[in-house]
Amino acid sequence: MGFLSRLFSRKKPSKEVAKERLQLVLSHDRMDIPPGVLEPLKDDLIRVISDYMEIDESGIDVRFNNQDSEEGRSLVASIPVVRMRRERTR
Amino acid sequence: MGETLVITSGKGGVGKTTAVANIGAALASRGYCVALVDADIGLRNLDVVLGLENRIVYDLVDVVDGFCRLKQALIKDKRHDGLYLLPAAQTKDKTAVNPEQMKRICNQLKEINVSDEAGGAKYFDYIIVDSPAGIEQGFKNAVSGADRAFIITTPEVSAVRDADRIIGLLEAEELPDPQLIINRIRPGMVRTGDMMDIEDIVSILAIRLLGVVPEDDAIVVATNRGEPVIENSGCTAGQAFTNMARRIIGEEVPLMNLDVKESLFARLGSFLGLRQR
Repeated sequence: MGFLSRLFSRKKPSKEVAKERLQLVLSHDRMDIPPGVLEPLKDDLIRVISDYMEIDESGIDVRFNNQDSEEGRSLVASIPVVRMRRERTR
Repeated sequence: MGETLVITSGKGGVGKTTAVANIGAALASRGYCVALVDADIGLRNLDVVLGLENRIVYDLVDVVDGFCRLKQALIKDKRHDGLYLLPAAQTKDKTAVNPEQMKRICNQLKEINVSDEAGGAKYFDYIIVDSPAGIEQGFKNAVSGADRAFIITTPEVSAVRDADRIIGLLEAEELPDPQLIINRIRPGMVRTGDMMDIEDIVSILAIRLLGVVPEDDAIVVATNRGEPVIENSGCTAGQAFTNMARRIIGEEVPLMNLDVKESLFARLGSFLGLRQR
């Protein structure tokens, strides 16, 4: 069936399509943060940044940027700052 | 001291149970003493694949709950000396056993003397655990007692993706360096570029390969009859499983050539330049 159509078309073999799709989907899967990693990471970020500035902890958003870019995936943290501290607390 | 192996996949229907039955039978026919453990509680299948479904009295959950001794639940295979089955329970679910209990069972299997003769001693060389599909408690139970893990996949996008997920989870379970079994490869489709080949899958998953099983009607026939295919020495799938058993015990066995059955039509196609790779 695919025999004749392949003879007359320049279509990519389906296994190449499969490979490309798999590689893309796996690159996303593999970036998945294991459950139980994001929350401690968030807590640690709060702890460190609080030394320098007062932040609104309820407004913190930490996640992986799932857009493929030239530099690869990135960790994006949005942390609302209330005010800078005059001096470090620790 | 025996070794516990687990065969797992993530995706269902890729051939875990068939692989467990056949690798187990191949090891037993080489003189090793082997226990096959069906960890798929609630959906037991290893018993029917082995043709032992009518001989179950006690199961794994009965052992865990203390209703019987471990040895009472072990079923001796009728064809292979040294092959035993510890069946799963059919009426319970995965939560009937926890990973700690499963680990204990695997350790007990390493120490149990299965000799029938008075004063004789025979211990399991290999314990092979048949994992359920999925990544939930059933999977966690199945891998909890394992020393080595094997991941089985078919050359399909969905199965390979799930295999990749399982590799990550095995790492978390401290079972690094699992080996891959590629099942149901169709040499004809590989040749025409319509199926990922061994190299493609191995390079995507980046793990060591244990073996490759070609698609083989003999598997369907053997499963219908409730007997492992290795009985059928002429069949390529049976040969593939035997080779894997030999690699597990440490022998160097080259991958078999899957192209031998090339049809005239396919050869004509590749002559005409229809071959895609």
